[in-house]
Amino acid sequence: MEKRVTFNGRLLPYMLLAPQLLITLVFFYWPAGQAVWQSFLIEDAFGLSTQFVWFENYQILLSKPDYYRTLAITLTFSALVAFLSLSLALLLAVQADKHIKFASGYKTMLIWPYAVAPAIAGVLWLFMFQPSLGLVSHAIRALGVDWNPVLNPDHAFTLVVMAATWKKIAYNFLFFLAGLQAIPKSVIEASAIDGASPMRRFWTITFPLLSPTTFFLLVVNVVYVFFETFGIIDATTGGGPAKATQTLVYKVYHDGKLGADLGGSAAQSVILMLIVIGLTAIQFRYVEKKVQY
Amino acid sequence: MVQRRSLLDIVPHFILALGVIIIAFPVYIAFVASTWDAATISNGQMPLWPGPHFLENYYRTIFIGTAKTTREPVGIMMLNSFVMAMCIAIGKIAISLISAFAVVYFRFPFRMAAFWTIFITLMLPVEVRIYPTYKIVADLRLLDTYAGLTIPLIASATATLLFRQFFMTVPDELVEASRIDGAGPMKFFVDTLVPLSITSVAAMFVIQFIYGWNQYLWPLLITTSDNMQTIVIGIKKMIVTQDALTEWQIAMATAVLAMLPPVIVVVAMQKLFVKGLTETEK
Amino acid sequence: MSVRHILGAAMLATSALAGAPAQAQVEIHWWHALTGANNDVVVRLADEFNASQKDYKVVVAYKGSYPDTMNAGIAAFRAGNAPHILQVFEVGTATMMAAKGAIKPVHEMMKDAGEAFDPKAYLPAVAGYYSTSKGEMLSFPFNSSSSVMWINNDAFRKAGLDPAKPPKTWPEVFEAAKKLKAAGHDKCGFASAWITWLNIEQFSVWHNVPLATKANGIDGFDTELKFNSPLHVKHLNNLIELQKDKTFDYSGRTNTGEGRFTSGECAIMLTSSGFYGNVKANAKFEWSNAPMPYYPDAAGAPQNSTLGGASLWVMGGKKADEYKGVAKFFAFLSDTGRQARLHTESGYLPITKAAYEKVKADGFYKNNPYLETPILQLTNKEPTENSRGLRLGNMVQMRDVWAEEIEAALAGKKTAQQALDEAVKRGNEMLRAFERTVTR
Repeated sequence: MEKRVTFNGRLLPYMLLAPQLLITLVFFYWPAGQAVWQSFLIEDAFGLSTQFVWFENYQILLSKPDYYRTLAITLTFSALVAFLSLSLALLLAVQADKHIKFASGYKTMLIWPYAVAPAIAGVLWLFMFQPSLGLVSHAIRALGVDWNPVLNPDHAFTLVVMAATWKKIAYNFLFFLAGLQAIPKSVIEASAIDGASPMRRFWTITFPLLSPTTFFLLVVNVVYVFFETFGIIDATTGGGPAKATQTLVYKVYHDGKLGADLGGSAAQSVILMLIVIGLTAIQFRYVEKKVQY
Repeated sequence: MVQRRSLLDIVPHFILALGVIIIAFPVYIAFVASTWDAATISNGQMPLWPGPHFLENYYRTIFIGTAKTTREPVGIMMLNSFVMAMCIAIGKIAISLISAFAVVYFRFPFRMAAFWTIFITLMLPVEVRIYPTYKIVADLRLLDTYAGLTIPLIASATATLLFRQFFMTVPDELVEASRIDGAGPMKFFVDTLVPLSITSVAAMFVIQFIYGWNQYLWPLLITTSDNMQTIVIGIKKMIVTQDALTEWQIAMATAVLAMLPPVIVVVAMQKLFVKGLTETEK
Repeated sequence: MSVRHILGAAMLATSALAGAPAQAQVEIHWWHALTGANNDVVVRLADEFNASQKDYKVVVAYKGSYPDTMNAGIAAFRAGNAPHILQVFEVGTATMMAAKGAIKPVHEMMKDAGEAFDPKAYLPAVAGYYSTSKGEMLSFPFNSSSSVMWINNDAFRKAGLDPAKPPKTWPEVFEAAKKLKAAGHDKCGFASAWITWLNIEQFSVWHNVPLATKANGIDGFDTELKFNSPLHVKHLNNLIELQKDKTFDYSGRTNTGEGRFTSGECAIMLTSSGFYGNVKANAKFEWSNAPMPYYPDAAGAPQNSTLGGASLWVMGGKKADEYKGVAKFFAFLSDTGRQARLHTESGYLPITKAAYEKVKADGFYKNNPYLETPILQLTNKEPTENSRGLRLGNMVQMRDVWAEEIEAALAGKKTAQQALDEAVKRGNEMLRAFERTVTR
């Protein structure tokens, strides 16, 4: 993993690294340190009075069922979005991998949602499912379902899951397609000669061969739901109703809003950062392994 | 045999077409909404086909803005978004190229420490430390500036990692050859390494341009003046209203306009985009 | 602070479009949350003020919804970058008042600047909300509203109801809603925007029952919530029952559900009087409004209603000549002719007595009785302990918590009593958290 041939230079490498390191220190580590400090304080909204309380913010946070509920929602949300967008993307990728006409045209038509901002995706879905003016909600209501995401937590949750899934299919599709195209056709043909049905071929040969891709996508999708769905949630439900669509990241933002509970919000930031650093470590081992090949 | 084949082909065509339709539907509806008038939409009577107000709505959106006055027209918002996306993409690539070069081609004390310092931030999005970061940008008096909008987002573990991996695959013979020519490290970097990396750079550019264009929470907090607004923020502000009607037709026209540039980039540079995506994230 | 300000101004100047006017002008930044036609009003006021003199320039910036604007103002203050004038909605009042040092009381600023300022010139029902118990005005009332009941006259007639005699009490509203439902409004007999403002806050005030102790928090931060009384529970129970068959249909925490009235879906909508402009522009039917309903068996009801809308807070730590400009601007806003025009154009309440009298004398209300409804309602009776106003800290967040509990009750997951008990309990925790930060 190391270059054999290197350059000599005392100052040069530091100068080359300086911009990246400086920005990282100023805009990552300094705020992270501030978050840790803030998590030990109780302050009023305007920062006019400050009190050092050690771990009280953490105690309060961890003693409230609210936090665990948000955690559970985030995990359910991740599981649902990952499952839905992975399976739909896989279905589409398998079709697009067949030798049919317009395959590349379909591909183009399926990947562009990657470019849509999460917040805009949220707005689009909100617009369709808004109870009073949404086109789709009118249709659903005509079918006799009392569709109301502003009041019904399950409806709101469904809406957020749909929007988040929609946004992620493109990404998963691309990776699955790349994964499928990397599988040597001879392997599949060999099993076809054995007389295995297409379905059986898929589950016994193709799917296991795709498992590294699937595992990688699973991690990416979970991270996506944790962090990148902020825009979707803010635009569609604002975390409601009754916090049914509030994720951990949304809660950090929401609790710190209006300076109401900056200490509690900072404590949540610190916990999240620890989780993320843990995930990064796992990811890194995976990355390194891949590079070895 | 031939007949059986074409019959079998119907299934994938059907599934893919259905997928394309479902994927496109929300955007189609947004487009339809952008061609009707406010009352039709807010009264919930919008039909499934485009209406007669296309030109009027887009003209108002691009050149005038939602209210007749202060709110900046979308033209300015798009310009801001463009500047932000370009600064972020170019900035990330520039500083990541040189830091990857340093880490791969030099041996110096604290090399691994520096690498890890950058790497830890790989998945630490700005959202989890949003308030302290805001405070720091304010202390540096960068609120409401392009610098404040972009610099905090420029540090990139992703790009550094990608370029590091790419540099690892560059044959050592090239370094040796360049040495024999008496070239120093910077000459090697500029004359040999950067030209070799050009596809990776372009691929990275596509990904990071989209990342920059689609930023949401950060510009929401740090831009205060109307003329620094980005288009993604603009839409959100058009939808939240006090005692006034949401002008959905304008909001949707804005949404369509906001989607256009990144979607065009993805479609037009599809090959590079796919390469950039599959290589950076793996 | 001043260095920061100069730098901020310099940055704004460089980023502004070319052709900026002379540099000697003192800039006054005003962050607001108004959209649509009301946004035009804000801009025009600033333009007129800027044209009327040369020393000061008011620069307006729209900062998103009310909570977003307040959030931006607080974050900016913490970062030493606050605007001069911040528009804060009425529920943020306690938070702003508690922040001594972060704000500059309006009465003090006017005095320092030597601007003529008579607190008695302002309508007590409006100015009182933003004043101390001694009558010192802390913030400047800008767009004030109250809650009223909006009625679809055409739908009323179709259902055999007389729009000239709108329902006065809650039981009458329920009856009317049932008839409307039978006449085709089967998805929504009546609805309410701003669920907590209408059904907890205004409801308590209008019935002269305490929302919280200590005169709803006006007399001290050690206030405790009281809205789990039998009357409140009865009302929520009624809503829960009616929600089941859509005689009442929940329409969200904010005003997003108002479109259901203009579209004709809901024939009765309880919401802000500020809804006026929207109704006027978009309702394709004959409409009217009426005072909020009450329970006839509640002693003393109806009392008086209280304010909604927002006021302008002057942020602390600015320079004297900047305050001078703000004071001049406020005096400019208080001008009778201007106030009268603002009132008749925007539908928000007039803030000075003179403006109200002028509009009345001009006979405006004869053709536009709907603009007077909220004023009559606000001044219905001499305010009591329970109806002077509200001053609860963390109110914005508390509203969310209350709405959460009400939503759970309406969804059938809790009884009315459980929901309100829980709302009170959680609200009290937030009040204690707020008290802890201000008393230190």
